[in-house]
Amino acid sequence: MSDPDPAASPVTGAATGTPPAVQVVDAAVRLGGRTIWSGVNLDVGRGEFVAVLGPNGAGKSTLVKALLGIVPLSSGRATVLGRPPGDAGRAIGYLPQRRSFDPGLRVRGIDIVRLGFDGDRWGLPIPGGGRLSAARKEQRRRVAEVIELVGATAYASRPIGQVSGGEQQRLLIAQALVRGPQLLLLDEPLDSLDLPNQASVAALISRLCQQRGVTVMIVAHDANPILSYLDRVVYLAGGRAVAGAPAEVITSATLSSLYGTPIEVLSASDGRLVVVGEPEAPARHADRHADHSPKAPG
Amino acid sequence: MMEAVTELTWNLSRDVQQLFAYHFMVNAFRAGTVVAVVAAAVGWLMVLRRASFAGHTLAVVSFPGAAGAVWLGISITAGYFAASIAAALVIAMVPGSRGGGTSRESAVIGTVQAFALACGVLFVSLYGGLLDSVTGLLFGSFLGVSDSQVVTLLVVGAGVLAVLAAIGRPLFFASVDPDVASARGVPVRLLGVVFLVLLGTTAAEVSQITGALLVFALLVMPAAAAQQLTARPGWSLALSVLLALLVTWAGLVAAYFSTYPVGFYVTTFGFAAYGLSAAGRSLSEWIGTRGRPGLAPRLAVDR
Repeated sequence: MSDPDPAASPVTGAATGTPPAVQVVDAAVRLGGRTIWSGVNLDVGRGEFVAVLGPNGAGKSTLVKALLGIVPLSSGRATVLGRPPGDAGRAIGYLPQRRSFDPGLRVRGIDIVRLGFDGDRWGLPIPGGGRLSAARKEQRRRVAEVIELVGATAYASRPIGQVSGGEQQRLLIAQALVRGPQLLLLDEPLDSLDLPNQASVAALISRLCQQRGVTVMIVAHDANPILSYLDRVVYLAGGRAVAGAPAEVITSATLSSLYGTPIEVLSASDGRLVVVGEPEAPARHADRHADHSPKAPG
Repeated sequence: MMEAVTELTWNLSRDVQQLFAYHFMVNAFRAGTVVAVVAAAVGWLMVLRRASFAGHTLAVVSFPGAAGAVWLGISITAGYFAASIAAALVIAMVPGSRGGGTSRESAVIGTVQAFALACGVLFVSLYGGLLDSVTGLLFGSFLGVSDSQVVTLLVVGAGVLAVLAAIGRPLFFASVDPDVASARGVPVRLLGVVFLVLLGTTAAEVSQITGALLVFALLVMPAAAAQQLTARPGWSLALSVLLALLVTWAGLVAAYFSTYPVGFYVTTFGFAAYGLSAAGRSLSEWIGTRGRPGLAPRLAVDR
């Protein structure tokens, strides 16, 4: 039962010779005989804050799962932190698409965060060993630190099923952060949060990105809560993708050519963007949140 | 059921002397202790995984196992284990199963359970057996625990606990947070299958003491009560084992000094433990909410 490598701490800045956080070249994914997307190119530098946008069923989660190595690429190639997908496990923090805990689950938030640290190690923690071993002390310190960082200290000792959705989401971000990852892959972390919580969780993620130098890729349904923080967006639609700065990608011209149909991007007086004319999502994706199998595109 | 000598008196040492005067009672305590510890530990994870229906089915399946063994004239203990482990593998073969939850899985589990009971009835009538033995198989008996049976229970129980300790932390991870666990490389599906086999083995062990229908007394009640009392995993697991031991010992003592079956007492004490824990938790939460005036409005905004 050796402890996880304490050296897996975030790398700040893009040192010379450091491979990019994510590089995707002419990649495609086919699932169940259907091409989810193809011809996707993407370069994400270290410490960037990137959003994966697009309508329901465009394959946003599939892109994240391809980077994790859960879904194989049918063509093209991808590297994550300079390694093939699936090989950089320890250096990636992953928050899957919205999952809420059963209200009756009698496990504390701090336990969920701790599982992110050592849950994949065999065996059992030895009772009472916490006071003795340096590794356990280090683990406690790390867990307390990330919980503090996401502002969840006040409710981390309550059963996770009994805290609010926003509080659960902060604890899950702490869980994804606890090993000090260099890349955070967050699948719709703002989904089903109310507007004040969306804003505060978005600000939290951006703070992590800037202060800790963590590269963040966030799948989002609505770009507005995170728009002001973004370095880059990937817009998936109609089986294709466009990547670039938000001001270049979320425009009427770019989205119209991506969708192949006239799209209008309107800018509200408060800076919010409204995309008008997106084709309706296919009905079969309506229940995508109920389906947690890795084969579900969306 | 006992002769007049077994009478509860106010003299504690005389009571204890009476209790262990017969070898069958010593064996009942040995077997009960082993079974309580194993059931509490495995049951704790079962409750956490919401796999109680699977646990119940695996226990019920031990009835045809035992009845079939009696009919065929082979070891009843072997019958218990073979049937429960086979049923665990059948349930594990259902695609997408995690030991409880999805409707398709529930349907399969229910189907297995009904068929198992039917087979049990058939085996009993094929044997032309006595009604007494059926009652024993269904509702438990502690009279006939032999030395070799105690050894078997101990060896199997130690094996179950050893496997559980080896896979404990990833299994806990996979149980509360399967998506992240599988992204971290935890073999969630495989652990689910291993857990079902452990659950089947445990259900077969418990059945031999409480009977096939009252397995929940030790598999669910102490674990559920412990999880009501604390949300700290380590404490709650330890508390579950402690409650199971108390419930079992108290049930054996009560059954010894009265004319009613052990299954009734163990179940009743387990039920009382759960009822008191649930009531205590509700009460402490109610007091906690009232005691913190800032909490109620904050929750109203947050949720």
